[in-house]
Amino acid sequence: MVPVNPSDPSPPPLPAPKPPWWRDRRVVPWVVQAVVGLLVLLLIAFLLGNLVRNLTAAGLLLSWRWLQQPAGFDISESVLPFNAQLPYWRALAAGLVNTIRAVVVGLVGATLLGTLVGMASFSHNGLLRRLARVYVEVVRNIPLLLQLVFWYFVVFLTLPNGVAAIQLPGVVLAKSGLYIAGLGEGLRWMGPTLVNGVWQAPVRLSVEFGALLTGLIVYSGAFIAEVVRGGIAAVPKGQWEAASSLGLSWFATLRRIVLPQSLRVIVPGLNTQYISLAKNSSLAVAVGYTDLYSVAETTLNQTGRAVEVILVLLAAYLTLDLLISALMNGLNHLVQIRER
Amino acid sequence: MKPVLRRLRAELFATPADAVLSTGLIAVLSLAAFGFLRWAFTQAQWAVIRVNSTLFAVGRYPVEEQWRLWLLLWLLFAATGLSWGVLRSHPRPDRSGVLWPRNDRIAATLLVVLGLWRPAAMGLSLSIQARWWGLVALLLLVRWLAGRFGPRFGPLGLRLVALMWPVLYLVGMVLISGGLGLVAVSPSEWGGLLLTLLASSFAILLCFPIGVLLALGRRSDLPLLRWGSVLYIEFIRGAPLITLLFLGQNILGFLLPGGLAPDRIWRAAWVLTFFAAAYLAEAVRSGLAAVPRGQLEAARSLGLSYPKALQHVVLPQALRVALPAMVGQFISLLQDTTLLSLIGLLELLGTARTVMANPAFLGKNAEVYLTLAVLFWCCCAALGLGSRALERRLDPHAVPSAT
Repeated sequence: MVPVNPSDPSPPPLPAPKPPWWRDRRVVPWVVQAVVGLLVLLLIAFLLGNLVRNLTAAGLLLSWRWLQQPAGFDISESVLPFNAQLPYWRALAAGLVNTIRAVVVGLVGATLLGTLVGMASFSHNGLLRRLARVYVEVVRNIPLLLQLVFWYFVVFLTLPNGVAAIQLPGVVLAKSGLYIAGLGEGLRWMGPTLVNGVWQAPVRLSVEFGALLTGLIVYSGAFIAEVVRGGIAAVPKGQWEAASSLGLSWFATLRRIVLPQSLRVIVPGLNTQYISLAKNSSLAVAVGYTDLYSVAETTLNQTGRAVEVILVLLAAYLTLDLLISALMNGLNHLVQIRER
Repeated sequence: MKPVLRRLRAELFATPADAVLSTGLIAVLSLAAFGFLRWAFTQAQWAVIRVNSTLFAVGRYPVEEQWRLWLLLWLLFAATGLSWGVLRSHPRPDRSGVLWPRNDRIAATLLVVLGLWRPAAMGLSLSIQARWWGLVALLLLVRWLAGRFGPRFGPLGLRLVALMWPVLYLVGMVLISGGLGLVAVSPSEWGGLLLTLLASSFAILLCFPIGVLLALGRRSDLPLLRWGSVLYIEFIRGAPLITLLFLGQNILGFLLPGGLAPDRIWRAAWVLTFFAAAYLAEAVRSGLAAVPRGQLEAARSLGLSYPKALQHVVLPQALRVALPAMVGQFISLLQDTTLLSLIGLLELLGTARTVMANPAFLGKNAEVYLTLAVLFWCCCAALGLGSRALERRLDPHAVPSAT
C-alpha cells in the first residue's frame, strides 16, 4: 500500500482542450454569416455595376424627369379625369385608382360570395352542399387568367346590344357596358333607359371592368369559401347542438353563434386571400381594363424607362399589400376572443 | 321504402323549405346542363381543336424533329408503367399482395377507354391513333411485367425506379432541345402544352431546394441569414407575378453583362422558379414549425451534426406535414404558367390566342377556352389526387404495425 501524503497537492486538472477554430461554436456561425453576406454583397455589386454600365450605355440612367412629360395615350375608363395631354405621373395615378377600384369592389363581392358558399357547405340540403363543393373544386383547378379571358371573350363580348340586351330590374347587361340604376340628374332615382338605341343610366361600367370583376370575384370567392368552411369547421360541434336545442334555426345558429366564433380563424386566412386578390387584379391587362400594370406597360413601351417603371409598380403593389395587411390586423384584434 | 329513396328524401326534401330549394336547384341545373349539351353537340364547332391539335400540343416544333417528342412519350409511358407496377408489387404491411386491386382496375379501364376513344374522337390520322393505342398497350404491358417480375429485385428495384426519373428528365431535355448529336431546336420553337409542362416542371424541380434553403434560413438563429431570407420572401410575395415576369423580360438584360442574359423562355422559367421558391419556403416553414424543437435537440445530443440532424430527423417530418401546402403551391405554379402568354410566349394560352387570331377560327373562343379549362382542370386535379394518396401513404399513424 502506498502511503498517501496529504500535503502532496494533486496535479491541477488539465484545461479542456481548446477545439480548433473551425469547430468552435462561437466562431463558426459568424464565419458562415460573413461568407454568405460577402457573397450576396458581391453578387449585388456585380449586378448593380452591370446595371449602371448598361443603362449609361443606353442613355437611360435613373431619372424621374420623364414623369412630367405628356403621356400621349388615353385611358378609356378612368375615375380620375385624364386625357392624353396630362403627364405620365397622372396616367400612373389614374391606373392606380382604377386598380384600387377593382380591388375594393372585388373584395366586397368575393367576401359575400365566399361566405355564402362557405355557409352552404354546412347546409342540411345535400344538393346545395355538393354544389358548393363542385364550385370550389372546379374554380380552384382552372387558372385565373383562363377564367378572365373566358368571362371577357365568351360571356361579356357576346352579350346582345340595344333592345335585345339582357334587362333585369335596375340593371341592363349589354355589349356596350353594364348599366345600373342610381341617382341621376337632380338626385332623382333613374333606371337604365334606351335612347335612340343606346342605353343610358346613372352608373355605367365597361364590359372590361365587368369581366375583370366577375373573374376575380368567382375565383377569390372559391378560396374564401374554403377559408370560411375551415373557420366554421373549427367551431366545436356542441355549439351547433346547444344552439339548436335552444330552438334557434339553422340560419340563426350560423349567424348568431357559429360565425362570430369562427371569425378568429377566418380573418387571418382572409388576409392572405385579400392580398392575392389585390395582386391578381394585375391580370386586368388581359381583358383590356386599364389598371396600374397596364398603364405601366404602355409607359415602358413609350419611354423605355424600365427600371423606374418597375420600381413604381413594385412600390405601389407593396403599399397596397401592406395597407390590406394593416387593416386586416386591426380587424383581427377586434375579433379575437378576449379571455377573462 | 328503399334505402336509396329514403336517403334522397333525407338529403333533399327534409323540410318544405328544403324541398322548394332542391326543386329550384334541380330545375336550374337541368336547364343549364341541357343548354350546354345542346350547344356542345349542335352549335359548337370543335374543328378548331381537331385541326390545331399539333399546335396545341407542341407549338411550332419542327415537323421533321417531332419523332424525338414521340420517342420521349414512349419512354415516359414505359417509365410510368414500370413505376406503377413496381410500386404496386412492392410489399407493404398495409396492403394485400393483390396485383390489380380495384382502384388499379378502374384506372387501367379508364386509360384504355381514353386511349381508344379520344384519338378517334379528335379525328387524328390513323397512324397517330395507332401510336396512342401502342402507347397505352406499352404502359399496361410494362406495368404487368414489372408487377409480375419486379419483386425479384427487392428493394434494389425500388431504388432503380426512383433513380430512373431524374435520368429520364435529363434525357427528355436533350431530346427536346437537341445536342449530343441531335439537331438543336431553339426554345423559341417550343410551344403549347410542351412549353407549359416544361416551364412548370423546371420551376417545380428547382424551386424545391431553393425554397427549403430559404425556409431554413428564415428559421435560422443567425441574424444575417434570417433577415436575408425574410427580405427575399416578403419582397417576392409582395409583388404580382406579372410584374416580376415583366422585370425578368425588361431588366435582366441590363443586370447581366452583354450576351449573358438567357433566352426569353429561360428568363421566364427562372423568374417562375424564384417566384415559386418564396411561396414554397412559407409552406416548408409551416412544416418546420410543426416539428417540436426537442427533435433537433435530441438528434444533436445523439451526436448528429446539424446538417445530418436536419436531413435525417427534422426535414422528413417537416416535409411530410408541409406536403399538402407544397402541392398546393405546385398546382398554382402550373396555373401561373398561363401568365407567360402575357409576355408574348406561346404556351397553351398563348397558342390559343394565336389560333384564334387566324381568320378561319375567329370567334371560336368558347370551344378553345373550354378545352384548355378541361385540360388544366385534369392536370391540377391529378396533382391534388396524387398528393392525397402520398399523404395517406406517408402518414405514420395510418399504417398498421407489421406484427
